[in-house]
Amino acid sequence: MIDIKEAFKTRKAFIPFITGGDPDLDTTKKVLLALQDAGADLVEIGIPFSDPMAEGPVIQDADERALANGCTTDLLMDAIAEIAPSMHIPMVFMTYMNPIYTYGKEKFMQRCKEIGISGVIVPDVPFEERAELSEACDKYGIAQIAMVAPTSEERIQTIAKTSEGFLYCVSSLGVTGVRNEITSDVGSMVGKAHEASDIPCCIGFGISNPEQAAKMAAVSDGVISGSAIVRIVGEHGKDCVEPVREFVKSMADAVHTA
Amino acid sequence: MFEGKGIRMGTKGRFGPYGGQYIPETLMNAVNELEAAYEHYKNDPEFVKELNDLYRDYAGRPSLLTYAKKMTEDLGGAKIYLKREDLNHTGAHKINNCLGQCLLAKKMGKKRIIAETGAGQHGVATATIAALLGMECEIFMGEIDTERQALNVYRMELLGAKVNAVKTGTRTLKDAVNAALREWTARIEDTHYCIGSVMGPHPFPIIVRDFQKIIGEEIKEQVLKAEGRLPDTVLACVGGGSNAMGTFYDFIPDTEVRLIGCEAAGEGADTPRTAATVATGKPGIFHGMKSLFCQDEYGQIAPVYSISAGLDYPGIGPEHAELFRTGRAEYVSITDDEAVDAFEYLSRTEGIIPAIESSHAIAYAMKLAPQMSKDQIMVVTVSGRGDKDVAAIARYRGKDIHD
Repeated sequence: MIDIKEAFKTRKAFIPFITGGDPDLDTTKKVLLALQDAGADLVEIGIPFSDPMAEGPVIQDADERALANGCTTDLLMDAIAEIAPSMHIPMVFMTYMNPIYTYGKEKFMQRCKEIGISGVIVPDVPFEERAELSEACDKYGIAQIAMVAPTSEERIQTIAKTSEGFLYCVSSLGVTGVRNEITSDVGSMVGKAHEASDIPCCIGFGISNPEQAAKMAAVSDGVISGSAIVRIVGEHGKDCVEPVREFVKSMADAVHTA
Repeated sequence: MFEGKGIRMGTKGRFGPYGGQYIPETLMNAVNELEAAYEHYKNDPEFVKELNDLYRDYAGRPSLLTYAKKMTEDLGGAKIYLKREDLNHTGAHKINNCLGQCLLAKKMGKKRIIAETGAGQHGVATATIAALLGMECEIFMGEIDTERQALNVYRMELLGAKVNAVKTGTRTLKDAVNAALREWTARIEDTHYCIGSVMGPHPFPIIVRDFQKIIGEEIKEQVLKAEGRLPDTVLACVGGGSNAMGTFYDFIPDTEVRLIGCEAAGEGADTPRTAATVATGKPGIFHGMKSLFCQDEYGQIAPVYSISAGLDYPGIGPEHAELFRTGRAEYVSITDDEAVDAFEYLSRTEGIIPAIESSHAIAYAMKLAPQMSKDQIMVVTVSGRGDKDVAAIARYRGKDIHD
């Protein structure tokens, strides 16, 4: 299990997201290695869920494809365990509370530790319900990565103080998905968080091209991109590895030179 | 436990282990704002008067308690009373909650109401109140439900609402809730999400219950007047559980009154084609709440089924989960076949066509009443009227009638 701090040690981080098991687990393994090759500093792996409340249509479809292909939490964890020895960057899970709750919170975090997952992002667990996961996360040293949104306002500093690994700054209202323009004042969101804590602040939701990535990197410690990558996986299926690598390289380069 | 300025972790909106606020951060300030507004207005005499005036002069409350004489004689057991929520304006109990929430939203300065709907009754009630209060209204309804309940779709449009057919997932009620939640995260400032049942994140289960508890309060008053004592058994159908929660709530301290929720078993609680959450579900966390949900071993929410679009939901409100856990209320499963039989039975016997949802409660009353003695009293909440279901029931019986 690699410390999430490593991702921010020398440069701003580029963090790609993919849905595990989309279109199948073999491709997921290849894509994860390609993301690392292409310059990703940390990877976010979605555990597919039947009802992903915070996702837009691109990732909803990916979850549906993965589940239809038989992906389960156990199978995804097994696949990650296979490539973990070759991964030199931290990996985190992004999923919803029910798959973790039903799996068993303790058992889930224990498995995360065993397979080299360093943290979890659970969008339907806000600050108020953080305790739901704290005990199990603490026991196995899994970082509980918190989110702040454009509506968080006076909540930002409290949340920043409790977040572990990094703070996920949601760029815009609404769900995940490609956006032409990001209008929220994310810079000031990051500024407020940094007043309270020196935790790395990464911006996600809607970042889909190198220009946007560079702009967001300039005001933060890292940039997360999901739907733009998952869309390429959706278009190319099993043959997505090279196009994903190419796109992620362009995004990572933009972030690293910002 | 950590306490930050103005926000704290903890135990808000809990019913035993159930409830809570499991929603994206984007929505947290909105639910906090709603909670503060509700805490203020529920004690504001002007708001309370305005709401009660609307209940009386617009919705037609109090709704009647009808003695079902022929049904009682035919079944030969307990004396059966029907709580007539079907007689409310818009034809169901849903209007109680919509009046309360939309009035509250208006006081909060919201200009736009969004809502999910299953059978369409909550959508119709929301569209109605939005029209009454001059608010913009958008309804999310599973594509399959828009087909099952085409008449209600047109009704909502007639009332000035925009109806979005939700094409994701199972294209039924749970997906309509997902779509409404997603829409709310995209547009919060001027929009209130008028949740239709005692579900979702705190404070919704409490707010919806409080706006529905008038059903049970009226039953108590009416039955005391008619019989001089409390009923022995109170029955209501349960999807998310708002009419049942409204029916039960005032009776919870009266432990001698049996409270029975009737779930939709679909083709049978032992088949995969079911929506019987208490019978087949497990604890989980979904749609903002910890409660019971139909799900697989990995926590994927199960595609549920019932002939009734209004009960076709894979979860149950958290307060029901707690009433079940503590044994204060019982929950039984009723199949499609039993519900359709009850639909026809009440129509023929009492001249009352119940909603297919409510028919689940009637069906259990038909089983239970003969086992009770003649000096016992049973109240069944008829949560809505069945006009919307006539075409679907005809199809179920092999007759091709179009809406």
